[in-house]
Amino acid sequence: MSEYFDEMFNGDGSLRGPYEEIGRWFNAEDVSRLRAKQREAEKVFRLTGITFNVYGKAEAEERLIPFDIVPRVISAREWQRLERGIEQRVRAINAFLHDIYHRQEIVRAGRVPAEMIAGNEAFLPQMLGVSPPGQVYTHIVGVDLVRTGPDEFFVLEDNARTPSGVSYMLENRETMLKMFPELFSATNVRNVSDYPRNLRRSLAACAPACADGEPTVAVLTPGIYNSAYYEHAFLADQMAVELVEGHDLRVVDGRVCMRTTRGYKPIDVLYRRVDDDFLDPLNFNPDSALGVPGILDVYRAGGVTIANAPGTGIADDKAIYSYMPEIVEFYTGEKPLLQNCPTWRCSDPVSLSYVMDNLSELVVKEVHGSGGYGMLIGPTASKKEISAFRDKLKARPANYIAQPTLSLSTVPIFARSGLAPRHVDLRPFVLVSPDGIKITPGGLTRVALKKGSLVVNSSQGGGTKDTWVLED
Amino acid sequence: MLGKTAGGLFWMSRYLERAENTARLLESGQRMALTRTKNSAEEWGSVLKTAGVLDGYHAKYDDITKDNAVDWVLRDADNPSSIKSVIKQARDNARLVRTALTHDVWSAVNATWMQIDEVMKRRVNERDLPATLELIRQQAALVRGATLGTMLRNDIFDFTRIGTFVERADNTGRILDVKYYVLLPTAFSVGSSLDNIQWESILRSVGAGGGYRMTHGEKTRPSDIAQFLILDQRMPRSLHFCCRKIQENLSYLKKDYGFAGPSGEASNALYEKYLDQKISDIFEIGLHEYIQDFLADLGNLSRQIEIDYRFYE
Repeated sequence: MSEYFDEMFNGDGSLRGPYEEIGRWFNAEDVSRLRAKQREAEKVFRLTGITFNVYGKAEAEERLIPFDIVPRVISAREWQRLERGIEQRVRAINAFLHDIYHRQEIVRAGRVPAEMIAGNEAFLPQMLGVSPPGQVYTHIVGVDLVRTGPDEFFVLEDNARTPSGVSYMLENRETMLKMFPELFSATNVRNVSDYPRNLRRSLAACAPACADGEPTVAVLTPGIYNSAYYEHAFLADQMAVELVEGHDLRVVDGRVCMRTTRGYKPIDVLYRRVDDDFLDPLNFNPDSALGVPGILDVYRAGGVTIANAPGTGIADDKAIYSYMPEIVEFYTGEKPLLQNCPTWRCSDPVSLSYVMDNLSELVVKEVHGSGGYGMLIGPTASKKEISAFRDKLKARPANYIAQPTLSLSTVPIFARSGLAPRHVDLRPFVLVSPDGIKITPGGLTRVALKKGSLVVNSSQGGGTKDTWVLED
Repeated sequence: MLGKTAGGLFWMSRYLERAENTARLLESGQRMALTRTKNSAEEWGSVLKTAGVLDGYHAKYDDITKDNAVDWVLRDADNPSSIKSVIKQARDNARLVRTALTHDVWSAVNATWMQIDEVMKRRVNERDLPATLELIRQQAALVRGATLGTMLRNDIFDFTRIGTFVERADNTGRILDVKYYVLLPTAFSVGSSLDNIQWESILRSVGAGGGYRMTHGEKTRPSDIAQFLILDQRMPRSLHFCCRKIQENLSYLKKDYGFAGPSGEASNALYEKYLDQKISDIFEIGLHEYIQDFLADLGNLSRQIEIDYRFYE
C-alpha cells in the first residue's frame, strides 16, 4: 500500500465515494479517444492564449500549464468543513490586519512579538491608522491547502496579496464542460462560473464613499509580459471593466483617473495585480514604472479603494504564518478549524539548530519567497544542494522557515501508462466584502506531474486539474 | 474606452493590413523577377523601397539578391517591418487590447501569429514561398472576417477600421510613389510588352487585376490604372475608397462621443484636396508630387487621430 493518501482509490483498489462516477466513466472510455481529447484541450488553451510567461526566459516564451483531464473531486461534507475553516481564517486575517495597522492589541497581549511586525519587510508604516472601506483588507484570498488523509487538511499558505490562478479554475471547468458534457449530466457538480460576477459585486461593495452611482472598477496589470497577464485580461473581460496599466492612470483632483478616448475618468475600485512595492513610485520603489505616482495619498484620503489593500502582505508572510493558530484564536475566540503545518522559525536559535540537524527531512522556504523559488525539499535534494543551503541558512537564518515534508495526498492523472497517482494541493478562492465572505465551491488543483514530486508550482513543472465540489 | 486601447486597436489593424499588403508586394515582385530574370536586382530593390525597408536592408547586405531580399521582407527580426515582425506586433497589440476583442477575433490573430512563427522558423525557400504568402493572405482574411462578423459596431470597431484604412491608403500610395514613372504618359509608353508587365505588376501588388478588367476591360492603360488606384470609388484599395472609410469612421466616433477633434476636419480636407478631382488634373499637377504630398498629409492625419483620442498621453 502507498504511504500517501489517494483521493480516488482506497488501499484495496476500490473507488472512494466521491469518485465513483468518475471511475465508472473512465473505465468505460476508450483510451485513444481520451488521448485525443487531451490533445484537443491543449490546442484550445494555446489558441485562447491561456499561457504564462516564465520569468528569466526569453520574452517571447509563453508556456502552457499542462491540464490533466481527470477531475479532482471533493464531497459536499468535505467541502463544508473546509468552507467553515477558510471563512474563520480569512475573518481572522482581516481582523489581524486591521489590528496591526491600528492599536496592535495582539502585540500588546504578547501573542505576536513586536519585531515580527515592525521589523517585517511586508509591514507598511504608511498604512498605520488607515481604515479601508468596509474594513476589508483582503478582498481576494487564495488559501493553499494540502491534504494528508481522509480528514486531515493543512493550510500551507494564505495568499493574501494578489493570489493568482482563478482563471485556470474557470477555464479548466469550461474545457471539461466542452469535452465531456456527459460527465456533468451524471454528477451534481457545483457551479464556479459566477466567480467573475461575484468578484465585481464584491469589489463594487467596497467602493469608497466618494463613488458616484455604479462604482467604476478597473484591473491594474503590470502589462503583457507579466506571467499572469492572461488572467488579468480574462478577469477584466469577464467583469466587463477596463484593464489598465500604470501609464493609463494619473491622479487628477484627488482621484485616480484613467485616460480614456474622451478624457480622464475616475476609478473607484482598483483591483491591482501589482505588488505593493511597485504601486506608487512616490511612496515606494521610485524606479517603478508599473504604478501610479501619488496613488497611496489618494488612497489614504479615501479617494480610491485598492484591492487587496496595501500592506496585506504581512498576513501571508511565512514568518507570520507560524503564528496563525494564535491569530485565529485571538480574533475569533475559537480554536482554528483548519490546521497549520508545524513550522520552525529559523530566527530562533533552538529551532535553527534543529533545522540544521534535520535538513534532509525538512522543507525550507524563504520567508518572502513565492512560486516555489528558493526553497529546499530535503528528502529529494542532493547532498550538495543541502550543504549549499546550509550555508545560506547560516548567513541569514531569519530569512527562512522550515516545515516537515508533508505526505501530500495524490489524485490520479491520465498518464502514458493510464491512471497514475500524483501529488496535489488545492487553492480555493475567497471573496471578502462588507456583505460577507464568499467561497467559490472548487478552486485550483495543482498537480505535480513528475512521479514522486511534491512541488506543484507551474513554474516548476506542475499542472492543473478541474476541481469538483459535489452537491449534497 | 482607454486611450491606450484605442491605440492598440488602431495599430493591431495597421500591422495586420501591412502584413497582407507586404505579402502581395512580394508576390508581385516574385512574379516580376521570374519574368525579367535579367534585371532582378532592380525589381527587388523596388519591392524593398515600396515596403519602406531598403535602408535597413543595405545596413545588413551589400548587394540586392533575391534570396536576401525575400528573407529580409518576410522574416528578418532586424527588420521591424518584416511580415513576421509586424504580425508579432499585431499579436502583441491584440494581447494588449484583449478585453476589447471578441473571442473569434483574438483567436484568429493569435492563430495567425502561431502559424507564421512556425512557418518562419527557418528561411522560406523559393518552392514554399507561394504557399507561405497565401497563408498570410488567408489569415488576414480570417481576421477581417471575424472582425466584420463578430464585433459590435461601436468605437472599438471604428478604431480598428481607421487603422486598417490609414495603413491601406499608405500602402497603395507607396506603390504609386515607387512606380509612378511607369504610369506617366510619355512618348515611349505605347504598350510594349515590358510596359504591360509593369502595369500588370502594379495591379497585382494591390490584388486588383480582376477588378480592373471588370471596370476597364482587358486593355491596360496607365491613366486607367492610375484612375483605378487613386479615384475609383468601388475598388477597396484605392486612395478614394480608403479616405472615404476613414472619414466615415471618424464621423461615427463624432456621433458616438459628441465631439470631434481636428482629425475630423483633417480627413475632410484630405478628401477635398486629393480625391475630389479628375485623373487628368492629377497628371497635370504631376503624379509624383501629388502622391508624395498625399502621403505626407495622410501621415499628419494619422498623428492627429492619435492625439485627438489620447492614444499615448
